Amino acid sequence: MSLKIKALKKSLWVYHMSGGSCNNCDIEILACLDPRFDIERFGMTLVGSPRHADVLLCTGIINKKCVERVKEVYAQTAKPCVVVSIGACSCSGGIFRDGYQMGGPLDKLIPVDVYIPGCPPKPEAMIAGILKLLEKLK
Amino acid sequence: MNVLDTLKEKLGGSIKEIKVHNAKRIYITVDRADVKKCLKTIFRDLDARYIVASGVENFDSFEILYHFGFDVEGTVVSVRTCLDREKPEIESMTSIIPGISYIEREMKELLGIHFTGHPGLTHFLLRDDWEEGNYPLRKAENG
Amino acid sequence: MAEEKKKKVIVPIGPYHPLLEEPEFFALYCDGEKVVDVDWQAGYNHRAIEKLSEGKHWDQVTFLVERICGICSTSHPFAYCNCVEDLLGTSVPERGRYIRCIVGELERIHSHLLWVGLAGHFLGYNTVFMWAWKYREPVLDMFEIITGNRNHYAMFKIGGVRRNIEEEDMPALRKVLKGLKAQLEMLTHAVLDDPVLGARLKGVGVLTKEHIKNFGAVGPVARASGIGGDIRKDDPYAAYPMLDFKVITADHGDVFDKAVVRLLEMFESIKMIEQSLDAIEGKGGDIQAEVREIPPGEGIGRHEAPRGECFHYVKSDGTNRPVRHKIRAPSYTNIPTFKASCIGQMIPDVAIILAGVDPCYCCTERVAVYDAGSRKKQMYDFNQLVKMSRQKTEKIRKEI
Repeated sequence: MSLKIKALKKSLWVYHMSGGSCNNCDIEILACLDPRFDIERFGMTLVGSPRHADVLLCTGIINKKCVERVKEVYAQTAKPCVVVSIGACSCSGGIFRDGYQMGGPLDKLIPVDVYIPGCPPKPEAMIAGILKLLEKLK
Repeated sequence: MNVLDTLKEKLGGSIKEIKVHNAKRIYITVDRADVKKCLKTIFRDLDARYIVASGVENFDSFEILYHFGFDVEGTVVSVRTCLDREKPEIESMTSIIPGISYIEREMKELLGIHFTGHPGLTHFLLRDDWEEGNYPLRKAENG
Repeated sequence: MAEEKKKKVIVPIGPYHPLLEEPEFFALYCDGEKVVDVDWQAGYNHRAIEKLSEGKHWDQVTFLVERICGICSTSHPFAYCNCVEDLLGTSVPERGRYIRCIVGELERIHSHLLWVGLAGHFLGYNTVFMWAWKYREPVLDMFEIITGNRNHYAMFKIGGVRRNIEEEDMPALRKVLKGLKAQLEMLTHAVLDDPVLGARLKGVGVLTKEHIKNFGAVGPVARASGIGGDIRKDDPYAAYPMLDFKVITADHGDVFDKAVVRLLEMFESIKMIEQSLDAIEGKGGDIQAEVREIPPGEGIGRHEAPRGECFHYVKSDGTNRPVRHKIRAPSYTNIPTFKASCIGQMIPDVAIILAGVDPCYCCTERVAVYDAGSRKKQMYDFNQLVKMSRQKTEKIRKEI
C-alpha cells in the first residue's frame, strides 16, 4: 500500500464499478447496504461519482470494451484512494481467464491495494476485507 | 395443431430434410434461397414465436439455425440452412422479424457471416476497433 | 437517423476525459424531454462464454454457465442440463426433479424480490429497497443451507442434481416460506395500493402484443402484456407437470403490470416449493441418473427463468466437449423492447422503464442522451436518470 488516508475519522466514500461481471459480486456489494449487514454503520456509503470516492470497488474481468473506462475512472478518482478488487474475476480472471474478451485482470490495468477473492465473496468477507484495510491504514 | 403436419403442408417443396428428434424438437433443412419465405410462413402465417438464431462453422460449410417456439404445443422448430464456406452470406431477415437484427450483427462479428440488406451490420458485442477478419467463434482461427 | 449516427463523433459533455469518446450502453435520441429513438450497444458484459464452452468438458460447462448471470444463476445450468438431456433422451429421477424445481423457484423469489427493491430504489422508495432486500436474506440463507452458497449454487449436473435436500433442513425451509408469505403480502399491498406509485407506473412504458411478438420478448415482460407463455406450462420439464400453479398475466403492458406479475408470481413459487417438499419429505430416491458419454447430435433445452425463457442449444460430435453451444438469455430479446417502450416517453421515466424489463442492472450503467433537434450530445449516467426519476415521484406525491 503506497498511500495513507489521513482523515480516517470521516466516512469512507465508495464508488463501485463493474468491468464485465455476472453481477453477483455487484449484488453482494449492494447487499452490504441492506439491514442485515448495514455497512453504513461503519460510516461507509456509496457515491455516484469517482471524483468523490475514497475507495474504488471493482468487479468483473474488465473485458476489452471496458478497459479504457476503468483506467479513466481511476484517473478521475481523487487521490489518495484505495482500489479494492472484489471477486475471482477481478483478482485473476476467474473462469473467464482464457476467453478472447479478457482485458484484465484488474491489477494489469490499475494498481490494486486489496484483493477480496470469492465467487462471489460473501458480504461478511467484503466487510472483513475493508476493515482489515482500515486497520492497516492506521 | 399438429406442428409437423402443418409445416409439411405449408412449406411443402421447400423442405429438403426433416429431422424429428422427439415430439417437441423438429429440425427442418431448407435452401438458402427459400429461408425468407419459410420464416415468413412460420413467423407470420403460423404465428410462431421468434426465439433466436445460431450460427456454427462446419468442416465444409457454415450453418444457421433459426429457432421458433410453437408455445401452445410446446414445440421448438429449428430451420436449418447451409452457407458457402468461402463466402458465407444470406439475406437479412429483419424485414420479417425486427428483433433478429441483433443476432445477425452478432453472427457477423463472431463468425463472419454476411447478412445482405441488414440496416446496420456494425459491431454489437466487440469493440469497434476489433481486428478485421478475426472471427472469434470460428474454429480455424483459434485452433 | 442513420446520418445522425454517422455524425456521432462529438465531444461528450460531462465529467469524462474530453478527448476520449465514450461508447455508451444506450443511446437515447430526444426531442426536448421526449424520447424519439433508442439504440442498444451491448458488449460490456460479453465474456466469450460460448467460445469458452467449446473448450470445456460437458460437466465443466455447467459451472461456466452458472456465471453468465449472478441473479438467475441457476437458470442457465437448468436450461443447459435440459438441453443435454434432450440430446441424450435421458430422464432425471423424480426426487432430482423436485429438487430442481425447489431451487428454481427459490431463485425466482429472490430474483423478483431483488427487482422490487431496485425498482423502489429508482423511484425514490428506499424503504421498499430495504424491506425487499431484508426479506430476501432468509431466502439466501436457505440456499446456503441446501447448497452451501448464497449464489452460484452448483446444484445441477447432467442427469440430476449434485446434492440432496436433507430431511433435517426441511422444517427450517418450511418456516422461512411461511414467514415469507406474510411479508410478501405486506410488501405487495404496500407497492400496489400506493397512489403515487400507481400514478408513476401506470401507463408508462407500454408494450403491445405486437411489440412483444416483433422482439420475441418473454417472461413477465410478455405476460404483463397479456401473452401467457410460460415454459413451465407449455413445454414442462423437471417436476412442473406434477405441480399445481397459475401463470400470472396482466393486460396493460405497462410497468405497473410488470410489477403486478412479478409480485404475484412469488406467491405461486411458494406454493410450488411447498408442494415439492410434500412430495419428497420422508421419502428416499435417487437424485441423479447415470450419464456416461454424450453421443453425436443436437439438443435444445429451456427453462422459465425469472426474466423469461432461457434457451440453450448444443451440438455434439461425440467427443467430450461441445462443438457449439448457443446461449440465449431472456434479456437478449427483452432489452430491445426499449425501442418500443421508451419512444414517446419522457426522460425521467426512462430509468423505471429500463428497470421494468429487469435486465442485469449493471448493464444499464451508462446512457447517452442525444438531442435530435440540436444534434448536441449530453452524457447522463444512470445515477442521474435515477435522480430525475425520483424527482418526478416527489412531484407527483406533492400533487396527490
